[in-house]
Amino acid sequence: MTEASYHTAPIPGAPTDGQSALLASDGTPLKTKLRESMRVSRMRAFGLVLPLLLFILASFIIPIIMLLWTGVYNATYAVNMPASAPIMQAWDGESQPTEAMAEAMVLDLVEARKAKTIGKVASRVNRELSGTRSLFTKSARRAAKMEAPFLAALEKADKDWADIETWRAIKIAATSLTPAYYAAAVDAKYTATGDFEMQGEERQIHVKLFWKTIWVSGVVMLACLFLGYPVAYLMSHLPAKTSNLLMILVLLPFWTSLLVRTTAWIAMLQSQGVLNDIFVWIGITSDEQRFSLIYNLTGTLIAMTHILLPFMILPIYSVMRAIPPSHVRAAKSLGATNWTSFWRVYFPATIPGIGAGGLLVFILSIGYYITPALVGGQDGQLISNFIAYHMQKSLNWSLAAALGGILLAIVLILYWLYDRVVGIDNMKLG
Amino acid sequence: MAEAGTERPFVHFDGVQKSYDGETLVVKNLNLEIAPGEFVTMLGPSGSGKTTCLMMLAGFEAATSGEIYLKGEPINNVPPHRRNIGMVFQNYALFPHMTVAENLAFPLQVRKMRRRDVKEKVARALGMVQMDEFGSRKPAQLSGGQQQRVALARALVFEPQLILMDEPLGALDKQLREHMQYEIKHIHEQLGVTVVYVTHDQSEALTMSDRIAVFDDGIIQQLAPPADLYERPDNAFVAQFIGENNRLPGKVKAIEAGVARVELDNGGEVGALAINCGDVGNRTVLSIRPERVQVNSASLQNRLDAHVLELIYLGDHIRCRMQVSGRDDFIVKVPNSPEHAMLREGETCTVGWNTEDCRALDLAPGSI
Repeated sequence: MTEASYHTAPIPGAPTDGQSALLASDGTPLKTKLRESMRVSRMRAFGLVLPLLLFILASFIIPIIMLLWTGVYNATYAVNMPASAPIMQAWDGESQPTEAMAEAMVLDLVEARKAKTIGKVASRVNRELSGTRSLFTKSARRAAKMEAPFLAALEKADKDWADIETWRAIKIAATSLTPAYYAAAVDAKYTATGDFEMQGEERQIHVKLFWKTIWVSGVVMLACLFLGYPVAYLMSHLPAKTSNLLMILVLLPFWTSLLVRTTAWIAMLQSQGVLNDIFVWIGITSDEQRFSLIYNLTGTLIAMTHILLPFMILPIYSVMRAIPPSHVRAAKSLGATNWTSFWRVYFPATIPGIGAGGLLVFILSIGYYITPALVGGQDGQLISNFIAYHMQKSLNWSLAAALGGILLAIVLILYWLYDRVVGIDNMKLG
Repeated sequence: MAEAGTERPFVHFDGVQKSYDGETLVVKNLNLEIAPGEFVTMLGPSGSGKTTCLMMLAGFEAATSGEIYLKGEPINNVPPHRRNIGMVFQNYALFPHMTVAENLAFPLQVRKMRRRDVKEKVARALGMVQMDEFGSRKPAQLSGGQQQRVALARALVFEPQLILMDEPLGALDKQLREHMQYEIKHIHEQLGVTVVYVTHDQSEALTMSDRIAVFDDGIIQQLAPPADLYERPDNAFVAQFIGENNRLPGKVKAIEAGVARVELDNGGEVGALAINCGDVGNRTVLSIRPERVQVNSASLQNRLDAHVLELIYLGDHIRCRMQVSGRDDFIVKVPNSPEHAMLREGETCTVGWNTEDCRALDLAPGSI
């Protein structure tokens, strides 16, 4: 296009040296012109998604970011104890507590009692060292009458103030931006000197729970695959009328409330429930020794497998539908037995569906909450139930956020691994 | 080309019937013998039962009644993978997750062949279809014609004696299709395998086949070599389906020595070979190929008045649409040569033909 061979007469502003950018008929560069002409349609497209974008931003993304932020940032102490917080942060955590620290502490205790925020501060410090709640509330009551030297006055009010561990716990609580919650989420402890140490064996719960959650998700995923693959195969090979009926049966659970389905499993599986009655009636077990199928891990596995099964069947089904029947026929005509033609020709073609279904079920079950909460009993609880506990009962939002953050990271890592191994482009959801 | 009976047939359909619903027959009483090394094409419109026949031979459909013999052995109860028949599918059916070489190795691997032999045979098969450099590609990276060649090589690599092809060139463009026709034909001659080929494209069938079985309505309407099929159709369906054909309805007035005198519906009486016209008094349809009609030739026995309606110049010949005996779809191909008079639209002339070029056939439904 460098030679103006298309033009019989030179266009005003057309490149004369054959080097500069192509110009539109009015002399502006063609690229600018193109952008201008596209702008209206781009704006319209953006306008169409804008309401949803704002909604998701306000109701979903920003809250999630804020919640994740609380996992590393907790300013309860710094806000309510403004005088002592900077002094405590500056303290090295090794040397003896100073009079200045004590003075600021007493000042803050008085103010916090007046502002009625002492309870919050007490429970914040209590998380770092249990037993300090009463120390704070008691000392705050007496603080108004304390006089210098304040360190001695505090120690007189409660001998725990003489213990350096108390001050260390305060230092940790006074630091707003802290890795302490993430440390706690993996059963470690962040010390006042800035080190990490593992919790005692009996207090390690989170890591085990994470592993258990991953294990349960894996078992549910495999169970869904083994139960769902033959159904999907059948559905994709039956005549349309019959397969539509099967499809309705597969989708039926989607149209029923999750709560109803879960409670139905309670009715089915409890020790006086339908399944146990049948077992007793057939004679598999005696009336005294009924199986405990619910309020334990078994119940969680059974109910979750049932609820997540459609998420496995649908992607596999849609992939199977697209496999031309001539492929298996070709394999057979080339001399492959039924099994060989399935395993070497049909099965590899269904892998994108298995990948999609497996990833979907795994990710859904790794964060599953309601079913384990209802049918899980003690040992059927998963990490999400713990997060809920810290959100609702213990009100330790920062720990809940840290646990949630780790869960999110696990899911993202799995997603990344899947992309590396199978490839996201190979995933077919329908 | 072996005539039936002179040699034991390689493939033998014996009274084969097929029904899917128990109410209608898709294939009605099929009897067909195919000689070793023969190239037989099953030609017919869609729904005529030709593909069903192929599928029964391959073993993917079971015959409802009757028996199919391969080399004299009944194969109704032999599963497809034990029949040792190579098959080329309409959309190639190459395995997308395997490379070209792996696709070709597949039939050898399932036969537990030694690895070195597999490699050698795959290389030879690729060479045969001129695809030597493409062994490591995936099927999706190949063009339609290349995929077609790989599919052909895969059907041949395990050296079956019978190859089935189900409209293998249907997805290719015209030029490539014609090229592949010759290539398939050459491979057939080179290897001496027996080929059963299914298509709905008559020119493809005429180009490649030793014999063509024209299917319609679940029945073989005519089984003949290409030239016979074109020159001497047995019935109105074949005459109409193969090539271009002029039809003139009439009534049989007399038959003597194989020649019928036919009175046309709109006047005029002509002679025609009595092929499939029944007895005197029956209604019949005369079939004349457009290139056998001569214009203004006084020496012919059968002559009718004609009115020129339309002329289409096609270079080597002029296609002329005329009104003859009340029908205005009578086509004549006038060669573009000095000795032929130039016609003009609106002109009146006479058309004529030799009696042996005109065949009196049945009045098949839809043939008028």
